[in-house]
Amino acid sequence: MLAGGMSAVFLVLSAFLASAVEMVEALTIVLASGLARGWRSSLVGVAAAVVALAAIVAALGPALTVIPLDTLRLVVGAFLLVFGLQWLRKAILRAAGLKAIHDEEEAFARELAAARAAGQEQHAGIDAYGFTLSFKGVLLEGLEVAFIVITFGSTQGSIPLAAVGAAAALVLVAGVGVAVRAPLARVPENTLKFAVGVMLTTFGIFWSTEGAGGSWPGSDAALFGVLAFVIALSALFVAVLRRRKRERFVTADVRA
Amino acid sequence: MKYVVSFGRFWWDFVVGDDWRAAVGVVLAIGATAALAAGGVAVWWTMPLAVALVLYMTLRRATAP
Repeated sequence: MLAGGMSAVFLVLSAFLASAVEMVEALTIVLASGLARGWRSSLVGVAAAVVALAAIVAALGPALTVIPLDTLRLVVGAFLLVFGLQWLRKAILRAAGLKAIHDEEEAFARELAAARAAGQEQHAGIDAYGFTLSFKGVLLEGLEVAFIVITFGSTQGSIPLAAVGAAAALVLVAGVGVAVRAPLARVPENTLKFAVGVMLTTFGIFWSTEGAGGSWPGSDAALFGVLAFVIALSALFVAVLRRRKRERFVTADVRA
Repeated sequence: MKYVVSFGRFWWDFVVGDDWRAAVGVVLAIGATAALAAGGVAVWWTMPLAVALVLYMTLRRATAP
């Protein structure tokens, strides 16, 4: 019971963190579009993307619930693992100083400059560039949120619980975005991305093992053992890569 | 056709990313886990081990001079 309750908390937290990261990126695009091209076109773009996302979720969510749980866990586990390892790899490289850290202010400045430089094309009073920029930004980042919510939720048998995590992230990010009207550069986005990579990989290992016909000692409580393993493994790789980076610099200095 | 290709490319970049070998490693590891489980072996250790190996290989490739 305790393990079940804890894994529900883990599910909500994972959906919240993953959704928050994607929503911060979507907010940056919408802000740039709104400031450069006008709020009307940008907000219509956001609304159109939300409708498209709702249609995708409404079609995919129920479809997933008819798939047998073991098959679903196998497929979703494999997807999450491939997807999560991609996040984790980038996060480890960033933490080791071998990959540029994502900078929301820089992304905002880039989007803003591109939006200001683009030509004017109006359709029914809507600026085509502003609409498309907001629509694409929200749809693409939102698809990632929908993917995470549907896969996490259906595999744990509770899409509404995962949706609660995503909705909380939406309320928080949109609320703060409206209040400050600036990119959320103070959000520790790279740390959040590391946490999401760890969680996706943890769920991926757990579900793919169960889907492949295995069982975990301690059942659901093993999720926390897997989490500890993934954190320790990631910390080990960060430490090794940092050390290797320092050694390369020392070697380069000696050669120079 | 152009939209189908770009939709497919989006999902490929989204799920697989820039190291397809990691995705192949994961699929092979799951296949091996399923085969061992079908043979009655306790397999809780195989996927953590496989993830450690795949992560090592993909990081090594990413940081190769």
